[in-house]
Amino acid sequence: MNTPASQFNADARRVSADLRHRGIIRTAMNNYEVVRDRRKAGFQDWQGARDLAARTKCETISHLDTHLEQFARLLEARGTVVHWAANAQHARDIILGIVRGKNARVIVKSKTMTSEEIHLNEALENAGCEVVESDLGEFIVQLREEPPYHLVFPAMHLTRAEIQQTFQRKSHDAPSDNPEDLTMVARRVLREKYLQADVGITGANFAIAETGMISITENEGNARLTAALPQTMITLIGIEKVLPRLEDLALFLPMLAVMGTGQPLACYNTLYGGPRQPGEADGPEEFHVVMLDNRRTTLLADAEQRDALGCIRCGACLNVCPIFCNVGGHTYGTVYGGPIGSVITPHLRGLHEWKHLGYASSLCGACSETCPVRIDLHHHLLQNRRNASYAKPIRWQKLAFQLFALVANRPRLWSLTTRLARLGQKFHGLIKGRALDPAQAWTRTREIQPIARQSFHEWWKERGK
Amino acid sequence: MPSPLKISLFIPCFVDLMYPRVGISMVRIFEKLGHKVVVPKGPACCGQPAFNTGYWDQSREIAIRLMESLQNAEVVVIASGSCGAMMKVFYPELFAGTKYEALARALAPKCHEFAGFLVNQLGVTDLGARFPHKVTFHDGCHGLRELNNKRPPRELLSKVNGLELLEMDAAETCCGFGGTFSAKFPAISTAMGEAKCAAALATQAEFVVSCDSSCLMQIQGLADKRQLPVKTIHLAEVLVQA
Repeated sequence: MNTPASQFNADARRVSADLRHRGIIRTAMNNYEVVRDRRKAGFQDWQGARDLAARTKCETISHLDTHLEQFARLLEARGTVVHWAANAQHARDIILGIVRGKNARVIVKSKTMTSEEIHLNEALENAGCEVVESDLGEFIVQLREEPPYHLVFPAMHLTRAEIQQTFQRKSHDAPSDNPEDLTMVARRVLREKYLQADVGITGANFAIAETGMISITENEGNARLTAALPQTMITLIGIEKVLPRLEDLALFLPMLAVMGTGQPLACYNTLYGGPRQPGEADGPEEFHVVMLDNRRTTLLADAEQRDALGCIRCGACLNVCPIFCNVGGHTYGTVYGGPIGSVITPHLRGLHEWKHLGYASSLCGACSETCPVRIDLHHHLLQNRRNASYAKPIRWQKLAFQLFALVANRPRLWSLTTRLARLGQKFHGLIKGRALDPAQAWTRTREIQPIARQSFHEWWKERGK
Repeated sequence: MPSPLKISLFIPCFVDLMYPRVGISMVRIFEKLGHKVVVPKGPACCGQPAFNTGYWDQSREIAIRLMESLQNAEVVVIASGSCGAMMKVFYPELFAGTKYEALARALAPKCHEFAGFLVNQLGVTDLGARFPHKVTFHDGCHGLRELNNKRPPRELLSKVNGLELLEMDAAETCCGFGGTFSAKFPAISTAMGEAKCAAALATQAEFVVSCDSSCLMQIQGLADKRQLPVKTIHLAEVLVQA
């Protein structure tokens, strides 16, 4: 069976050599960077805004219990049922329990990565429900039976022509590859589903403790329809998404939009405070909020890396990551891809199985530089490498570094090794780039720089004579 | 002119073996400016390969010796942005909570990457160099993001006679070297290097200049294998040309 590491290696090799894929992602990202930078300039002090966002998130996470209790208490006071799920299984059981209680057949969903994390769709379908994703990108990848490619742009790896083909194959309705036409196809299908659906499931971007409300950001109005039309609404949310005050949204909503999509604000930012209240004309009759831990508290206990819980899932670190852009979103084999996924997945799903993600980085730091809440992403990757090698060292690697330290620490031994390496290099040509070549990982695609006739230290010694 | 300094020059392992001219150029430049250069007898490496691979104990074995060999230094110039970041930024983290933490914290402010040292510490930008070529500059990630070294190399290049700097698209994007990453994930590393070569070629520059020989090793190694007309040169080798 393939391990996550061997699967990652195989997929990374295949996708990073795929020039077509590289072209699609490059085009998408170039446009993103231009608009993002234009919007960032709209902030009076972008770096100051990042400081404030990081501080707010840090303080919130440090008092998570207090904020969560306040959030739940206020939400419950208006008739919402708040559930606490320790893990994925628990969360699925809670949601399936609600769905069964309603005898639900059709379920419409708006975008929620947290539901991907707990494999909710599969569980609902196994229970006999029809599940329809209403976010356009998610709708497309659901038709293709693929996981979302990116936290924010689930279908960014597809061309218009591929989307047209998908629609044609699945619904025999794809008049052209014009985005407007394709959107209208999805809209016709989805409008029916909103009306049929017994339950609507949403994610959330923020949970406001001060007012007991959830905040959902979207661009298509699909989350509003998902929340408003079915009789029962369920919101699944990670416990780390809480913010203390309503006014915090004044910072976080524009920040999320600027970094996520390069918009000044997303088209729809909605606060949900409970089910339909007496005298109100619409809204769900029942509202359930499922708060998910699923090892977030394990990350919280890690003083070095708990800032990663401040992530607002804007996807900005993916967009600037040269690894993500070359290997693509599916290669990670995780719900959360890119730098943030490589940091948190070993905490959420086990260090041993997922440690390779920490190594799959050149540590360039573009992620940390862009992160709006200043998560120290690339340094966390280093810490994950350290944790992995302490937990289970690879014997030959450890030995090699011990040996290297022995040689590097002794100038005479270093000088002897320099001479030996120069000699050994003469024979390297015989095996270069072949299976026997110990340096083949380098030499298959790159020439190797020869050792100089006179090293710096040899020159320095000669000069001192 | 500031009073002459005694500069401890640290030449990282791969620069020593493969790029001695980089170190030699630095010696010549500092001496021309009237400073005294010393090369301390100590480890050949800063310990970064072990550190980046997660073997912090083995990294410390080297780092302790290197810190000890430099503890009486006035200033330390490191012939690589990446190794400079290791000593300046990562040693304090590597030794946090150990008895060597004070040593690491005392060494950090004395450590400088070559270009940053010339411009920010010595206040020198014009070395009277002449290099009548079109060049493009690749920002090594560690120098750029750990040491905030965006401006100094460009200021130095702007004063070189006859030199024309043509900025490439995505100059700040990693070349794909990344130390042991380049051997652990050669396919990803190669894809990143290809993008870098393409960006450099698109400028029509004759040379790719950088403050990091490791990036240049990646770019040149790839270009040579593909027979692309890319030539690389370290900033110090440009600045030493008269």
